[in-house]
Amino acid sequence: MAVREPRTKSTANGQGQAAHDDARNPGIPLDMGWVKSQRVNTSAVERRAATMGTRRSVKKDWQAAWLLRAITCIDLTTLSGDDTPGNVLRLCAKARQPVRADLLEALGMADEGVTTGAVCVYHNRVADAVDALKGTNIPVAAVSTGFPAGLTPHRLKLEEIRESVAAGAREIDIVISREHVLLGHWDALYDEVKAFREACGPAHMKSILATGELSNLRNVAMASLVAMMAGSDFIKTSTGKEPVNATLEVSLVMCRMIRAYYERTGHKVGFKPAGGLRTAKQAMNWQILMKEELGDDWLMPNLFRIGASALLTDIERQLSHHVTGRYASDKYMPMG
Amino acid sequence: MTSRIAEIFHTMSYGPAPEATNAAQAWLDEHGRKLNLFINNAWQAPKSGKYFTSTAPATGDKMADVADAGADDIDAAYQAARAAFPAWSALPGHARARYLYAVARQIQKHSRLLAVVESMDNGKPIRESRDIDVPLVARHFYYHAGWAQVQETRLSGYQPVGVIGQIIPWNFPLLMLAWKIAPAIAMGNTVVLKPAPYTSITALLLAEILAEAGLPPGVVNIATGGDEAGVSIVNHAGFDKIAFTGSTGVGKVIRRATAGTGKKLSLELGGKSPFIVFEDADQDAAAEGLVDAIWFNQGQVCCAGSRLLVQESIADSFLAKVKRRMNTLRVGDPLDKSIDLGAIVDPVQRDTIDAWVKRGVAEGATLFQPDVELPAKGCWYKPTLLTDVESSMAVAQEEIFGPVVVAMTFRTHKEAVALANNTRYGLAASIWSESINLALDIARKVKAGTVWVNCTNMFDAASGFGGYRESGFGREGGEEGLHEYLRPVWQARPQPAKVDLTKKWGDAVPSRPAPLNGHSHADVSAAPAINRTAKLYIGGKQARSDGNYVRVIKNHDGTLAGEAADGNRKDIRDAVEAAHAAASGWGSRTGYNRAQILYYLAENLSARADEFAARIAALTGAPAKDAAREVEASISRLFTYAALADKWGGTVQETTLRGITLAAHEPLGVIGIACPDDHPLLAFVSLVAPAIARGSVVVAIPSETHPLVVTDFYQVIETSDIPAGVVNIVTGARDVLSKTLAEHDDVDAMWYFGPAEGSAFVEAASAANMKRTWVGYGLPVDWFSREQGEDEAFLHEAVQVKNIWLPTGE
Repeated sequence: MAVREPRTKSTANGQGQAAHDDARNPGIPLDMGWVKSQRVNTSAVERRAATMGTRRSVKKDWQAAWLLRAITCIDLTTLSGDDTPGNVLRLCAKARQPVRADLLEALGMADEGVTTGAVCVYHNRVADAVDALKGTNIPVAAVSTGFPAGLTPHRLKLEEIRESVAAGAREIDIVISREHVLLGHWDALYDEVKAFREACGPAHMKSILATGELSNLRNVAMASLVAMMAGSDFIKTSTGKEPVNATLEVSLVMCRMIRAYYERTGHKVGFKPAGGLRTAKQAMNWQILMKEELGDDWLMPNLFRIGASALLTDIERQLSHHVTGRYASDKYMPMG
Repeated sequence: MTSRIAEIFHTMSYGPAPEATNAAQAWLDEHGRKLNLFINNAWQAPKSGKYFTSTAPATGDKMADVADAGADDIDAAYQAARAAFPAWSALPGHARARYLYAVARQIQKHSRLLAVVESMDNGKPIRESRDIDVPLVARHFYYHAGWAQVQETRLSGYQPVGVIGQIIPWNFPLLMLAWKIAPAIAMGNTVVLKPAPYTSITALLLAEILAEAGLPPGVVNIATGGDEAGVSIVNHAGFDKIAFTGSTGVGKVIRRATAGTGKKLSLELGGKSPFIVFEDADQDAAAEGLVDAIWFNQGQVCCAGSRLLVQESIADSFLAKVKRRMNTLRVGDPLDKSIDLGAIVDPVQRDTIDAWVKRGVAEGATLFQPDVELPAKGCWYKPTLLTDVESSMAVAQEEIFGPVVVAMTFRTHKEAVALANNTRYGLAASIWSESINLALDIARKVKAGTVWVNCTNMFDAASGFGGYRESGFGREGGEEGLHEYLRPVWQARPQPAKVDLTKKWGDAVPSRPAPLNGHSHADVSAAPAINRTAKLYIGGKQARSDGNYVRVIKNHDGTLAGEAADGNRKDIRDAVEAAHAAASGWGSRTGYNRAQILYYLAENLSARADEFAARIAALTGAPAKDAAREVEASISRLFTYAALADKWGGTVQETTLRGITLAAHEPLGVIGIACPDDHPLLAFVSLVAPAIARGSVVVAIPSETHPLVVTDFYQVIETSDIPAGVVNIVTGARDVLSKTLAEHDDVDAMWYFGPAEGSAFVEAASAANMKRTWVGYGLPVDWFSREQGEDEAFLHEAVQVKNIWLPTGE
């Protein structure tokens, strides 16, 4: 099942930015028997997660290539109350040119059109970002549905999605109502996510489970399944605003659910860890997780995104080290 | 033209990630690639003049020539250890703790070099040697440094055993060395250790580190070599104990070779451990667990989860998960940091594995191997899954010792237990279920020294490791492991005379009527006493002996005391069957319930104390006062074990697991007990009471000369609520009956307190099923004394320790 992405130079950005052309996850009817049958052993998950990065080591040219691939999977994100057109424009510029041209040249990657996977902002900055990314194939993602807590009226959440899509967002990152999980209202969760999906129309939907607020890994597994049954194109760990955000443990559980869903339905759902991923080393651990648990298809941006901001700079420093052999400094990396 | 980075950017392949070997190569070069014996902290060329070549299995390249010790070399190593023993054992615990602490620290400081050489020499992945083996080696020295520190207070009734001969296998060269050496030297023993010839090099590297840590000369001696060296250790008269880890076949040879020598023995042998997946398991976790169970160290692990038992309802989905996972395993250079399976230790071993797999397929198993590439050069075997396997196939019964798991299905929980226990081995088991009730219930029912719940192949120095059944006896790690290297302070090393084990033993002609005696002169003026017939006591019933022979039993004064049934092989067979029928019911009763019954036994004996005292006096000629004292002591002893029926259940081990590791003291099962001739009631009670208090059932052979006090006693048993079959009594010729018990495949332990000769034969015969033995070598025991007659040793002998690992966390 680990089918390698066909190498098509014609695809803009060299990213296989095929997500938006691919068949989407249409969802399936809610299957409560399947949901309820999920069993997750926390300590076993922890052991697997702890050895994910010790069983595999990616070095030298492979490390550089993997990190460049990681860049193409980054949803370069700013989600602050003080975001203005100015800092969003700067971020978009970095998304278009995430690595210094001289480094890309030295790495033999100048022709690959490396950009980030997307730029991710609040609704009010969508139009700015869309404008700044004109001429590229970099989509703009909008967090939505009362992000991050998701405690606004359902009617307004649907309206928020529609407005962001109208403003040019090609991806919508919705948040689920955590209470549906904590109270075991799986049908309500299903209906909610399905309604979001309908509101998204052509935009791809990433469902944020906010795993740090779901109490335990079995809930994460069940919420993952329900979100996929309701038609999510991606499932995403966190808003970045919970006390605990993306961990390898929850990611492992979610990836196993993605695999189970794919094996049963044939639909490939993407995965997006977000929150707390700041280092190149962490990014590679997640890449190893994707490769080992889901296969190579899930290393590409149509099925794997990393929600991050500072991560890009650390990766760029590592690439600089690979090129020069010297440890690098932030001040040589243009900021986003 | 596309750059290599651009190419990888699209393929996202793994590249090589080799661990550097420069320090390891330099170390070998500095030793001239010729490694000598480590004796008295010095390198000594072997007197044998012989060396063998040690190669790296991944490449076939020579690593070094290694000394091949002969008998003289083993003696030299022994003499060094013997000379070092007095001073080392006399050191305060704190001083030994400092040495062990220094060793632990030095191991950590040289951990990467140790890991690299280990992976080169053995072929195991560097991840395992780096992240598992070597940290555990350091952990063992830390843990046992602690035991040395508190030895005087926590183990005050014990002394070191003496000089220990230790023989270890090639699958975990450093870890097995640590398991052997750390507890031995912590407790004040000195050692001669022989590594396996495939993997001698890290033992010598570690020896250098021991010397660097300042360990005094002679405390640890490393004698590399092959069969001759091993045989020389086992047969050397000077060693006080042999500790062996390896195959069950060799273990049996060692058991026979050491029989009757008075050497202590611990054996950690083979396994065919079940990996049981219930339908309510986290199947992804269990599939990952199976990777750790059978593809850890290329499956060359004694406790490998090599028998997959999966509930039929989930078999298809679970096996699909396993196959998917197998497809992502990477086989290759053990020094590559992205490798899951390294090299098989030697082409001989690879061929053995392959022969098993071919035999399994020939017997009808379905073979699955992932499509992984193997390096062109070196010694490899693909991870292998055999499905459609039935218990009757050899691959389901025999230890393959390679990366091969056989899969079978079960329908019910009961069938899972039956299949799990349908093996001659009992080393480990792994249980996967999200139901705590089910998991713990199965954990108690599986016959294995280590049970991992929702985990597998977890090790720690604080948890004893060792087997049931033909997986051997003795534990390594935990407090229980210390007792392998200790003996009670009152007890000297037994030095029995040599016994010729080739001669016939345990043969007797059935008895005939007494020759003309006092009866023929009986006074005709009075009515005679009513003729009494002492029978056997089997399954709660008084039973006539199968052979219908009796033995004439005389009183001390030569007058006829009565007749006792002359039991034979078939009576033992019946008694063992009766015992088995009672075993699980008795073993699962509460300690409180067993205590009540033992108290009741004491109460009923007390009611007939005078009668028993009179019988003892008449039989043994003991003065009335002493006979009465023997009955009182027996009553007290019953109280002791009634007391301990609910106070020896086990402990919580403080391992590195987040969770609970329970060391449960489980009943041994069926114990054969041959009582000494002296103190016929007290010795019988002293031996039987601890066994039944701790939930075992017994087949007891009373004093051969004075059995009638015990046949009287079965009337006390009958009135004391002891369930049928828990205590079975077979009178007759001790050695005839002991031979049958010692050889019986369905007897779990044999305690023998007859003469030295019988002790030797019992130890030798026990090798057939590797039952545990406890023999007295004919040495006198002061049954009245607390330290000798009701010592903690009785409790240790009455239980086996099962370590149950229970991870927690939600």
